[in-house]
Amino acid sequence: MKLILFQKMNIAQKFERAQTEGRLALIPFITAGFPDRELFWRHLAEIDASGADLIEIGVPFSDPVADGPVIEKASREALTRGVTLPWLLAGLKERRGQFRAALLLMGYTNPFLQYGYAALAGAAVEAGISGFIVPDLPLEEAAAFRRILSSAGLDLISLVGLNTTLERMHAYAAESTGFIYIVSTLGITGGTNRHLELVADTMRRARRAFRLPLALGFGLRTPDQLDALPEDARPDAAVFGSALIRHIEEGGRAAEFFRPWMEDRQRRS
Amino acid sequence: MTKAINRPGYFGEFGGMYVPELLMPPLREIERAMQTIMPAEEYQTALRDLLVSYAGRETPLTFCPNLSSQLGCELWLKREDLLHTGAHKINNALGQGLLAKMMGKTRLIAETGAGQHGVATATVSARFGLECKIFMGEEDVERQAPNVQRMRMLGAEVVPVVNGSRTLKDAINEALRFWISHQEDTLYCFGTAAGPHPFPTLVRELQSVIGREARAQFLARTGSLPDYVVAAVGGGSNAIGMLHPFVDEESVKLVGVEAGGTGEPGCQNSAPINLGSPGVLHGELTMLLQDADGQVLPSSSISAGLDYPGVGPEHAWLAQTGRVHYGLAYDHEALAAFHRLTRSEGILPALESSHALAWVFEHNDEIPAGSRVLVNLSGRGDKDMGIVSKYPMPE
Repeated sequence: MKLILFQKMNIAQKFERAQTEGRLALIPFITAGFPDRELFWRHLAEIDASGADLIEIGVPFSDPVADGPVIEKASREALTRGVTLPWLLAGLKERRGQFRAALLLMGYTNPFLQYGYAALAGAAVEAGISGFIVPDLPLEEAAAFRRILSSAGLDLISLVGLNTTLERMHAYAAESTGFIYIVSTLGITGGTNRHLELVADTMRRARRAFRLPLALGFGLRTPDQLDALPEDARPDAAVFGSALIRHIEEGGRAAEFFRPWMEDRQRRS
Repeated sequence: MTKAINRPGYFGEFGGMYVPELLMPPLREIERAMQTIMPAEEYQTALRDLLVSYAGRETPLTFCPNLSSQLGCELWLKREDLLHTGAHKINNALGQGLLAKMMGKTRLIAETGAGQHGVATATVSARFGLECKIFMGEEDVERQAPNVQRMRMLGAEVVPVVNGSRTLKDAINEALRFWISHQEDTLYCFGTAAGPHPFPTLVRELQSVIGREARAQFLARTGSLPDYVVAAVGGGSNAIGMLHPFVDEESVKLVGVEAGGTGEPGCQNSAPINLGSPGVLHGELTMLLQDADGQVLPSSSISAGLDYPGVGPEHAWLAQTGRVHYGLAYDHEALAAFHRLTRSEGILPALESSHALAWVFEHNDEIPAGSRVLVNLSGRGDKDMGIVSKYPMPE
C-alpha cells in the first residue's frame, strides 16, 4: 500500500519540482532496446541523469500507426533484436530505484492486452513504473485498462490533439490522472502560422478543460522554439520524441541535448 | 457479453475504435454522414443509378450445369466478377466516393494489396473528379505491376510503402497516418469490412447489395432459399456482403472460407479465425495472427486479396456465435478450383473466389446430395494470370 502511494504521487511530484525550479518539466522518449539491448540501459541512465523529470519508454510494436518514421524505425529494429515487454519489465525490475525520473511505458494496445492488463499492472508496479501512455486507446476504449491501472496506483495518461474539441476535453478531464499529453502533429494546410495558432488555441482549450499539468509534444529540439507560442499558451512540460532519438542516432549525448532546457527559466507559462 | 453487443461499433466483444485520438473526429464525421447523407433520397438515388448504369448491377446469378452434375448438388454463382473493374470492390468504392463527394471532400485515399480496391477507388475518383492517393506495399507494387499501371492511368498517385513487411497491413498503417494529417479534405475509402468503427458497418452496408440481390434472384429462380451460402474471407467484405442478408435465415448454412496458405505444418497463412487469437490491429479488436508478445505476424496466401493477418470484427463475432462456419482452403486447392471452374463452366474466377469454390469441392461429401449451394464469385481471374501461369496446368 505504501508502495502504491509512492508511485501514485511520483508523477505529480515531478511536475511540482519543475514548477518550483521555474522551468518546464522535461519528458524525453526512448524506444526500449534502442539503439541496442545493452546501450539502451546506458542511454536510459544518462537521460535520467541529464535532468529528465519523466521518461517515456517506448514498447516496440509491429504496427505503430501513431508514430512517424524515426520512431517506427527504432521500434522495428528493436523487434528484430528480440526486445519484448517481458524483457523490458525484467530489466527495469533489476534496476529498480536507480532512476530519479518517473518512468512511463508508451506503447500500443495489443502487446499490453496480450500480456494481460491485470498481470501487467502488477509487473509494472514491481518494475517501478508510474504510468502508461497508449496512443491507440482513446476515451471510448480506455475504461477497462484505466480501472485496472488505477487500482494498482498507476496513471493512464490521456492524449488529446489539435482537433479535440473543448467538449471532448471535458469528457477526458473526468477520467484523466497524472498529466495530459497534447499531440501537436496534425498536418494542417495553411502553413506554419496557422499551425501555431491551432497549437495555441488547443493549449488554451486544454487549460480550460483540465486541472492536470499539460505536456506538449511539438517536434521540440530547443527551448527557443516555444517562443513562437504566446505566453498564455505554453505547456508545463515538453515531450521529446524524434529529435532526441535522432540526436542519439547521430552519436550525440543526452546531457548535451538537455542542457539548454535545464538552464531555461524563461518559457514556463 | 450481452452488454457489449449493444455498444455501437461492437459485434459482441469484437470491433471498437482502437485509434489515436486524432482519428476520432474524422471517424465520427463519417458516422454522422452515414446517419444524415446516406439515408437521404439524393444519395440513395445517385448510388442506385451508379450501381446500375456505371458498375453493371444487378449481376447475374449463374447456374453451373456441368459442375452440378459432377458434384451431385446444385452449384450457383453470384457473378460479382462481371462488375466494372472486375470485382465486388466497386460496390464499396462507389458508395464511399459518393459519400466523400457529398461530404465536400476533395481527395480519396485507399490501401490496396492486390490492387483491386486501389483500381476501384482510382476509378471512382476519376468519375467524381476527386484527387486520389493509393497506398500500396512496395512488395505488392512489384508483384501487381499491371494494376499499378491501371491506377496511374486513372490519375491516381500510387505511394509505395517501404515500412514493415511492405504489404497490405503496412499500406493501411501508412494510409491511416496520411489521413491523420489530411482529414480536413480527405476521406479514407477503406477497402474491407474491417478497421475501426464505423468502417466495418459502412462497408457491410455498401456490400450487402450482393446478398440482397442474390437472395431475391435465388427465390425467383428456384422458389426457395439456398441450403449453403459460401464466400471467401480475407478482410471479409465480399463475404459479409453476401452472408449478412442470410444471417437471420436459420435454414441456410453459411460458410466463410479463409486462406490456409501452402498447408505445410506451421506455414504462414491468412486464416486468423481458424489459426489466430483475439487482438487489436488497425483500430479493431478481432481475430488476429500474432505471436505471444502481441506482435502481428506476416500473413501469406496465393491470393493477394486474402493476404491479411486480421479479419473484419463481424466475422470474428459470427464465428464465435457459430452462426457462420469458417473453413479453410489451401493454395493448391484454390488453384485446382480455379482450373476446374474455368474448364467446366468457362468462367475464370479470381484466386480469392477460388478459395470459396475449393471449399465446396473439398467438402462435397459432407454436402447432402441435391443441396443448393450458392457461391459468391467475388471477382474475375484475369488479374491472376501471372500467378496461375507459374504453376503447371492440370491434365
